[in-house]
Amino acid sequence: MLLPEPLIFERGSHGRSGWSASAPIADPVASLPAELRREDDLAGLPEVGELDVLRHFLRLSQWNYSAATTMYPLGSCTMKYNPVVNEDMARLPGFAALHPLVPEAAAQGALEVVWQLERALAVVSGLDAVSLQPAAGAQGELLGMLLVRAYHADHGGPRGRVLIPTSAHGTNPASSALCGYDVVEVPVGRRGLLEPAAVDKVMNDGVAALMVTNPNTLGLFEEEIEAIARIVHARGGLVYMDGANMNALMGVAKPGDMGVDVMQYNLHKTFSTPHGGGGPGAGPVAVRAILQDYLPAPRVVRRDGAFAWETEAPKSVGRVRSFYGNFGILVRALAYMLRVGGPGLEEVTRLAILNANYVRARLTGAYPAAYDTPVLHECVLSDKQLQGFGVHTLDVAKRLLDYGFYAPTIYFPLVVKGAIMIEPTETESKETLDSFVEAMLAIAEEARTAPQRVLEAPHNTWVSRLDETRAARRPVLRWRGPAQVCGEAEEN
Amino acid sequence: MSAYTPHTPGDVAAMLSAIGVGSIDDLVAHVPAHLRERARIGLAPGLTEPDLRRALGDLAAKNEVVTEGATFVGAGAYPHLAPGVVNQILLRSEFATAYTPYQPEVSQGTLQSIFEFQTFAALILGLDVANASMYDGASATAEAVLMARRLVPGRSTVLVSRGVHPHYRETLATYVQGLADVRLREVPLDADGRTDMAALAGLIGPDTMCVVLGYPNVLGVVENVAAAATAVHAAGGLAITATPEPLALAYVRSPGGCGVDIAVAEGQSFGLPVSYGGPGVGLFATRDAHVRAMPGRIVGETVDAQGRRGYVLTLATREQHIRRQRATSNICTNQGLCALAVTVYLSMLGRDGLRRLAETNYRRAHAVAARLEAVGVPRVGSAPFFNEFVVRAPGAARAWEQIVARDGIVPGYPLARWLPEYMDTLLVCVTEVHDDPAVERLVRTLTPAGPAARAQAG
Repeated sequence: MLLPEPLIFERGSHGRSGWSASAPIADPVASLPAELRREDDLAGLPEVGELDVLRHFLRLSQWNYSAATTMYPLGSCTMKYNPVVNEDMARLPGFAALHPLVPEAAAQGALEVVWQLERALAVVSGLDAVSLQPAAGAQGELLGMLLVRAYHADHGGPRGRVLIPTSAHGTNPASSALCGYDVVEVPVGRRGLLEPAAVDKVMNDGVAALMVTNPNTLGLFEEEIEAIARIVHARGGLVYMDGANMNALMGVAKPGDMGVDVMQYNLHKTFSTPHGGGGPGAGPVAVRAILQDYLPAPRVVRRDGAFAWETEAPKSVGRVRSFYGNFGILVRALAYMLRVGGPGLEEVTRLAILNANYVRARLTGAYPAAYDTPVLHECVLSDKQLQGFGVHTLDVAKRLLDYGFYAPTIYFPLVVKGAIMIEPTETESKETLDSFVEAMLAIAEEARTAPQRVLEAPHNTWVSRLDETRAARRPVLRWRGPAQVCGEAEEN
Repeated sequence: MSAYTPHTPGDVAAMLSAIGVGSIDDLVAHVPAHLRERARIGLAPGLTEPDLRRALGDLAAKNEVVTEGATFVGAGAYPHLAPGVVNQILLRSEFATAYTPYQPEVSQGTLQSIFEFQTFAALILGLDVANASMYDGASATAEAVLMARRLVPGRSTVLVSRGVHPHYRETLATYVQGLADVRLREVPLDADGRTDMAALAGLIGPDTMCVVLGYPNVLGVVENVAAAATAVHAAGGLAITATPEPLALAYVRSPGGCGVDIAVAEGQSFGLPVSYGGPGVGLFATRDAHVRAMPGRIVGETVDAQGRRGYVLTLATREQHIRRQRATSNICTNQGLCALAVTVYLSMLGRDGLRRLAETNYRRAHAVAARLEAVGVPRVGSAPFFNEFVVRAPGAARAWEQIVARDGIVPGYPLARWLPEYMDTLLVCVTEVHDDPAVERLVRTLTPAGPAARAQAG
């Protein structure tokens, strides 16, 4: 039983006092001139009691599926279990209440967290240096490509183009464009893999870098990555690896050994920090030594047994955010790495691969795989066999919600028609995978016997299918007053 | 067996048999053998949970040299108290462990709370619409300039006040370094700590894309944003403000009320701990007319098949997953859980609580500034401020690290580290976390030792 809940702005009563931290101060002080004072007395903010606020957000929380409440097989997002002990660690007062500008001597523990995590991430990547500053994977990509640009500027002038496979995530071309690069798309071959010949054809001395995801967005290991890297390097280019799928590589292959020069991690994926409904994440960048002088300042260093921030960085591309990164997320990721340990991280990858292959083996009869190539941590299936019944990937995704599972990533990568991208992660048990598989098979059966049931799904959720066209055509993007209830008001 | 994986040997055997292979090694056999042989992860074995708590507890304890209540520093990260409800809600796994709400039917909690966040951000910034949040105030500032570039094509000069937080200015410079059509020009501050309006007027021209002001600026000064906005609008450019301390906006005229076109802020003050500088959350708002040029995720209201109100991600055609290299931004997610913290916090304080808290901050900071003035630690400049101000304190500014170690108090931030012309000064922040005994310690610490020192300070 889920309970209804209006917007917080529709609750409360005029004149109700809000939460108060301290008594008013009596000291006489000069007030600001009227023309500088807030003009509307904060009209529009809610006036609600504490219990009402708590109840409001608890009710909203119950309308969500989450990785803690159900399997969340969202491909490419690595929705693994987020250990609760990490929440306690990030909230330790020595971390949470620490101001970023206290002297280094008063923040030795925080600097050591940064130091330890940088080193651990360097070990996992097989690369030489790490910056923890980027706030998310996409910001890590931006930083990584700025490093590439700075490197070329320093070695004969910046180049103009970046090669990106057609299977890439949309952030790759967007990040490249933000660095001023033109994007050249490289088609993937018949096996879903990037082929040396295809790269060779477009690689020349105007190309700054190849941006590649490995394993790629089809869950496939780029088997020719070393040969491809040699082609790129031979013509003065660099290899950027999108590390979104690092959960497939720990103990299997190190980016540094494959010829990768620069990559970003997504700590909220591989290293289990909560996705938070879409952030905060963290997107550390790891580089080969040739790029380390360009990393953002400040960088943590160790001098005479103490940790310090080195601000001198004449070749740095500059900072990408304030202070040192999403520190609270870094604490959680370090906690995860310490708890799981080196051999444990290898086990994580092995079991993630086992789970994905198990799901694939059990589902390909009903949902054919896009490619026969062996997969690592995720698999891309398709709706090919359901189309004859008028049922498509979107319908399968919606019906899955009725069975109590979140949906896979759908219609991505774009190179697979009707893609259903499933990433179970290593933290799901065989029993959970079995129930997920049975739900998927039941849906395939329903598509044949009762397609309407699938087409009108979901049936058991708080709301049914929402009108996205209407939302885009007549945008209502905020609450504007009591006139606007039940979606009836026009944009004013 | 690793800490968080549930597989028994029997499970593994059954799964391998269903797949039709003999071992997990067979599943990675297509990865070149020489890569696999070198892939061992040379990190120590995992700790038990109690050992982990000890290890990180020891590291955290090393940071407890000064308490938050004795740290009189803002400068981009502001210590504030938060109602317990905020943390309770942030710990709800239903919010914390969901992801971007691609399936709106089972993400209405996240979506409605973001819609509420957008409303709060628009209200606080005094503008029409806001997005679902950016990474932080610094990257939001950079994204605001990139948005101005889309709105005012053909112009390349961005006038950035020296009063914009230095991290925001550096981040902006980083973001635009690859763009040949963007040129950053600095606008100096006047002796009072405000953006020099005469200099600004001289710099504004037909190539001016936008002007960016800190509001309040890095000295804590409440800028005359309305005058700057009028001046840049007359030349056909846009006005942007970047606010590191959004609580100030509950007290001073809103950016929208001053006539700006895009306003951004760091939202950390609203319910998030300083947490050594992150995570925070960027608030980003603009006018209705510009909404399709806005970066980032946006949630909109709609109805379901039965006509019930619901929320979805909308206006996605601006975004990277559709537009790829032609997207308005490369941002993929937002700062979801931090935006939720802001939403819960502002709901808890409400109109009255926020008004009173802002008043408290303003009055306490002014009372402390007056106390310091009285003991011979004068303010630098006389421009209006909110909860942060600059004092001349040569001794303390020079012996800053020793004072922190000796007295267990951080009496402000030595501003010359950012702005060399502010040698011998401290940027002092006073909020509701600084109680009377802490203020007494601050005054004692900063009081010049004797008549000679007093004379020097004067």
